Amino acid sequence: MTLIVNGEPREIAAATLSDALVALDYADAIVATALNGDFVPARSRAATPIKDGDRIEIVAPRQGG
Amino acid sequence: MRLYDVALDSRLLLGTSQYPSPAILAEAVRASGAGIVTVSLRREAARLREGQDFWRLIRELGVRVLPNTAGCHSVKEAVTTAHMAREIFATHWIKLEVIGEADTLQPDVFGLVEAARALCAEGFEVFPYMTEDLVVAEKLVEAGCKVLMPWGAPIGSGRGLNNVFGLRALRAHFPEIPLIVDAGIGLPSHAAAAMELGYDAVLLNTAVAKAGDPVVMAKAMAQAIEAGRAAYMAGPMEPRDMAAPSTPVLGRANLT
Repeated sequence: MTLIVNGEPREIAAATLSDALVALDYADAIVATALNGDFVPARSRAATPIKDGDRIEIVAPRQGG
Repeated sequence: MRLYDVALDSRLLLGTSQYPSPAILAEAVRASGAGIVTVSLRREAARLREGQDFWRLIRELGVRVLPNTAGCHSVKEAVTTAHMAREIFATHWIKLEVIGEADTLQPDVFGLVEAARALCAEGFEVFPYMTEDLVVAEKLVEAGCKVLMPWGAPIGSGRGLNNVFGLRALRAHFPEIPLIVDAGIGLPSHAAAAMELGYDAVLLNTAVAKAGDPVVMAKAMAQAIEAGRAAYMAGPMEPRDMAAPSTPVLGRANLT
């Protein structure tokens, strides 16, 4: 299925947000996630199903003012 | 100084953006003596992993982090970013920015108050980036903010304190609330001026990061903030319009 990951279309096979992170090679990264604009806590990723066309945001610490 | 029951030695809060290199950032933070640095959240590319390296660097500095919601233009974006920041940085602190105007990056104070109310109710400890408006300040305090951060001038402008009258009024109106000038500082003299007004601290970034030598400028800012605070505590003299001789007039020899 096609997901929009950080604004880019990606083809992956995954049933949950947690699976998607593994498939996208973020398994061991410190990241926070949002699905279709809503925050999904790390503890809820495995129980969060995803479907074709979902938008996933994956963010990490960065420089800030 | 205490911010949300955390005691801090330094009255300088330093941003971590726009430094020539990670090594210079680290050295500037150390030279500044800052106990708090601001950080953000941005999209992470799986291959580059820039965020992972940055976060390692910050953790090694042993300073407290104040995550921001920079770039958020709506209440929803800001609140969602705050939730993400709380999980990643394991802190209830959030520098709340809800931007209302793209050229001046001035806060949308209506959205700011709404977001602050939502976040305070959820247990966040909110540091609102605001204009120096007294009524907005009242609303933020009512919402639960225990720190206020009025701008000195637009972010990254280096113009100093654009409205000294307004900042002074805010200080007088909220004697018990920690007040931090956030944004617009370009020179150590600007930072000292904020402290001389009785402000509790200064948050700055570009003035250090974009200096020819950020490490030296970080130290200069720290010294200016310390001097400005000491001057405020010492009780400055009242200015006057006409000269007043400092040398005694009495006892002056008649040499005509």
